[in-house]
Amino acid sequence: MIEFAVAVGFAAVGLGTIFCLIRLALGPDAVDRALALDTLVVNAVALIMLLGIAQATAIHFEAALLIAMLGFVGTVAFCKFMLRGDVIE
Amino acid sequence: MNLALIALLPFLGAVLPPLLIRSGRNVCALATGAVTALALALLLVQAPAVFRGEVVRASFPWLPQAGLEASFFLDGFGFFFAFLILAIGLLIVTYARFYLSREDPMGRFYAFLLLFQGAMVGIVLSDNVLLLVIFWELTSLSSFLLIGYWRHLPEGRQGARMALVVTGAGGLALLAGLLLLAQVAGSYELTTILTRAEAVKGSELYLPILLLVLAGAFTKSAQFPFHFWLPHAMAAPTPVSAYLHSATMVKAGLFLMGRLWPVLSGTEAWFLIVAGTGLLTMLIAAWIAIFKDDLKALLAFSTVSHLGLVTMLLGLGTGTAALAAVFHVLNHASFKAALFMTAGIVDHEAHTRDARRLGGLLHLMPITGTLAILASLSMAGIPPLNGFLSKELMLEEALHTEWGGTGRLFPILAVLAATCSVAYSFRYVTHVFLGPVRDDYPHRPHDPPAGMWLPVALLVAAVVLIGILAEPVAGPLVRLAAEAVTAGAAPEATLKLWHGVTPALVASGVALFAGLVLLAAFGPIVRLREALWRPEAKRMFEATVEAVATGARAVSEAIHDERLQRMVAWTLAAILAVGLVTGWGGIGTGERPGLPVAPLGLLLWAGAIAAALAVALFHHQRLLALIVTSVVGLIVSLTFVWFSAPDLALTQLSVEIVTTVLLLLALNYLPRESPRESTPARRGRDVAIAAVAGLGVTGLLWAILTSDFAIPTISTYHLAESKPGGGGTNVVNVILVDFRGYDTLGEIIVLGIAALAIFAVLDSTFRGTAVQRLRTWSHEPEAADRHPMMLVVATRIMLPLALMVGIYIFFRGHNQPGGGFIAGLVVGVALIVQYMASGWAWARARTRIDYHALIGFGVFVATATGVGSWLFDRPFLTSNYGYFHVPLLGEVELATAMLFDLGVFSTVVGVVMLVLANMARVAARAEPQTGVPTAMDSVPEPRLADERITTTAPVPVPERTRQEA
Repeated sequence: MIEFAVAVGFAAVGLGTIFCLIRLALGPDAVDRALALDTLVVNAVALIMLLGIAQATAIHFEAALLIAMLGFVGTVAFCKFMLRGDVIE
Repeated sequence: MNLALIALLPFLGAVLPPLLIRSGRNVCALATGAVTALALALLLVQAPAVFRGEVVRASFPWLPQAGLEASFFLDGFGFFFAFLILAIGLLIVTYARFYLSREDPMGRFYAFLLLFQGAMVGIVLSDNVLLLVIFWELTSLSSFLLIGYWRHLPEGRQGARMALVVTGAGGLALLAGLLLLAQVAGSYELTTILTRAEAVKGSELYLPILLLVLAGAFTKSAQFPFHFWLPHAMAAPTPVSAYLHSATMVKAGLFLMGRLWPVLSGTEAWFLIVAGTGLLTMLIAAWIAIFKDDLKALLAFSTVSHLGLVTMLLGLGTGTAALAAVFHVLNHASFKAALFMTAGIVDHEAHTRDARRLGGLLHLMPITGTLAILASLSMAGIPPLNGFLSKELMLEEALHTEWGGTGRLFPILAVLAATCSVAYSFRYVTHVFLGPVRDDYPHRPHDPPAGMWLPVALLVAAVVLIGILAEPVAGPLVRLAAEAVTAGAAPEATLKLWHGVTPALVASGVALFAGLVLLAAFGPIVRLREALWRPEAKRMFEATVEAVATGARAVSEAIHDERLQRMVAWTLAAILAVGLVTGWGGIGTGERPGLPVAPLGLLLWAGAIAAALAVALFHHQRLLALIVTSVVGLIVSLTFVWFSAPDLALTQLSVEIVTTVLLLLALNYLPRESPRESTPARRGRDVAIAAVAGLGVTGLLWAILTSDFAIPTISTYHLAESKPGGGGTNVVNVILVDFRGYDTLGEIIVLGIAALAIFAVLDSTFRGTAVQRLRTWSHEPEAADRHPMMLVVATRIMLPLALMVGIYIFFRGHNQPGGGFIAGLVVGVALIVQYMASGWAWARARTRIDYHALIGFGVFVATATGVGSWLFDRPFLTSNYGYFHVPLLGEVELATAMLFDLGVFSTVVGVVMLVLANMARVAARAEPQTGVPTAMDSVPEPRLADERITTTAPVPVPERTRQEA
């Protein structure tokens, strides 16, 4: 049962990743691309979790934790840059 | 053992004065004097053996593999010099205590002085010639520090630089000469070299050896045409001039010529070069000395002249001349050091040392005056003082010397030099101490405290005693030294005052009379000399240095044009050329079976490749390029996870975020798009080179990844030894902090230096033209919300959590993925996001840690951990670990590697914060923050910025901000 769920999960998240990459390629402007990057980060967390479940190991979860905790910093920085120009005011 | 200790003691003692200066100037001087006295006592213990004619030796293994030993030896000549250095050193230390003013940093002075003393004693005691060169260069360095002791004086700094350039260059020549000499003689030991005279003189390398060694000796002993640095070195404090630049260091060149006398002297080339240079120097410098109004300049040129005299005597190559040379070294050291000290006293008391503003001082300072007059008369060669004796010996030798095909020229020039010597000596007496008392001195002089004139009195006592009782006082020592110089060929001459009416005595009388006549006609001669053109040594030196620097710059600019594109293109092209020539040998598919590939992985990697290409294509749009780069970074991190390298994944992720923030901060100051600068042809060339190079690297990687290793890899060892050797199961971490801990230590030091350099560069933007541009710089933000509430709240809640994660990752790093480096990055990001969300001023006001100090702490802890293993007699950075039972936590492993990791952690946090916060500070400078408190802030007035900014001139508020207000 769990194998099936993981496979479905991989397919779904993989599809999401592909869409993100497409949005990243098409744009049209920087905001779309930053958003695509942010979503890609979320997908990355999911992929790592799925991988951990599939391999039945907890060793990857720190990476997922770190991405979940700090991944948004990049997005914040991009947004602040686009809106204000200065990341640290 | 004792022998080496004599040379090493001053080096060890040099740490004392800077430490003891806190206990007062007297303690500081006493400690310095005690070190010197102890070294002198150790030397005197050896005296009986040396006077018996023994050669005392001591040696230690240095590089046994290369047959090198750090060896010292003490014979008569070495003893003679070492005695002079230490005995006069003791007097100088006493004198300097009273000479230096309260404002002068005395600890530093004595430390430099002891360093010099050690180096100088090292020269005269070295047996190994390489050791000798090391000490030789150390005297140049310490002399540089001492001449430039008064850092605020430009003359001091320029004089120090000039001395270092001239004597340092001579030292390099000397190194080359001694290497050749050692090659020819077949040994690096002086004691062996000195027995191989025939081999050296018969060698075809004799002339190069002679020229190189003499280049070293002449620069050090200020022989023409290298004499110009010595007068400029007089910018040093007077104790330094008395010690280094008259009594000891400048005599190192003479020492060297005396030391190598048995192997180098006695040839036609030696006589022509050494005696000729010595005679010329003696004459020219004595002539210039007459006209120097600055007392120290007068004494400096007279020193050059006397050094020329000794050089000339050594050049003559006879045993009697060598004896006279040694004797004059002793006499000159005694009267010239005394004279320099009196000049210092005059300067100290009258606040000037310009002879034109002085006169009549004998009445105001009778003790100093009497001492100075006695020393001057000795310098002029008046009986019964010691200067007379050695001058007689010199004239006697000169009268017998044939030069330039005639027996007349040499004596005439020597007598002329003696005449000038009489003139300047009497000028020092009459223009300064005799004549009527004036009332226009800058400061009314009187005799100084006894501490200042007692050392002079002791030296003058030696001057008189050696003069009257030459044989009993100085005879044995001088003969001992002379025998060592000549390897036993010195005559059994006795030193005495009265030889009867000899030609030398007549010549002496002529010189005295002519000198007095010269001084009587001083005024007209000065006017005549002023009217004539004279070469200006300093300007010529500066022009030469400038020309050399320009030439060096031209060469380096020609081969290194500072364009990255061109350098990378050449490098890659060269590597490709090598690859083409070797025919791509070995590139192909190996035997190793492949791993299964997940379709999703393929898809992601295709995305990464496409993104990498996109960065190359769109790099002119900087923001877009950065976003796409982030995607590549993310996919690389996922790849690391996929290949079971969680450590690398964690590192990659955190570095990715820090890099993004850093680049965005930098992009703020740059145009949004970079202009196209290269021509299509060049772009085509670059694309071709890059494509071929990239394909080549791909091929190499493919070949390596598909092949098995032909030899056992080091990773096998690391995997096996990680737990038993380093106490951790996380092999990556154990490698970083244990197996390759030395590398990591070097890396964090480099990281810290880089951060400080970035800080320094950014700090300079707050001055000069950059700050003008910053003030007029403005950018239009698209949104007015500077610190969105949602972000502020979210980040503040996140901070403790993120810190917790950082600590967790740090502690588990030794056994599971993590470690100091990753933890440092995580904590750094958690802190920097506070800056981003709540503003620079807000975060800065709440930061009590100085990031510079944090970097320093990190490097210190890591180094201290390494040093700690010395306490247990283990090599640097040996790690240890153990398991301890802690209540509540249970079994806990503690490893010294963790302390080391703490150092890494602190350095990384410090570096990240220092760089990012300071990048942001530039913008804060352009647009001063008024620190508008957000709704969450309870603190009413956050500190505006750190002190460095607020202390500078108030920044005008930009137009836009004022309108908003």
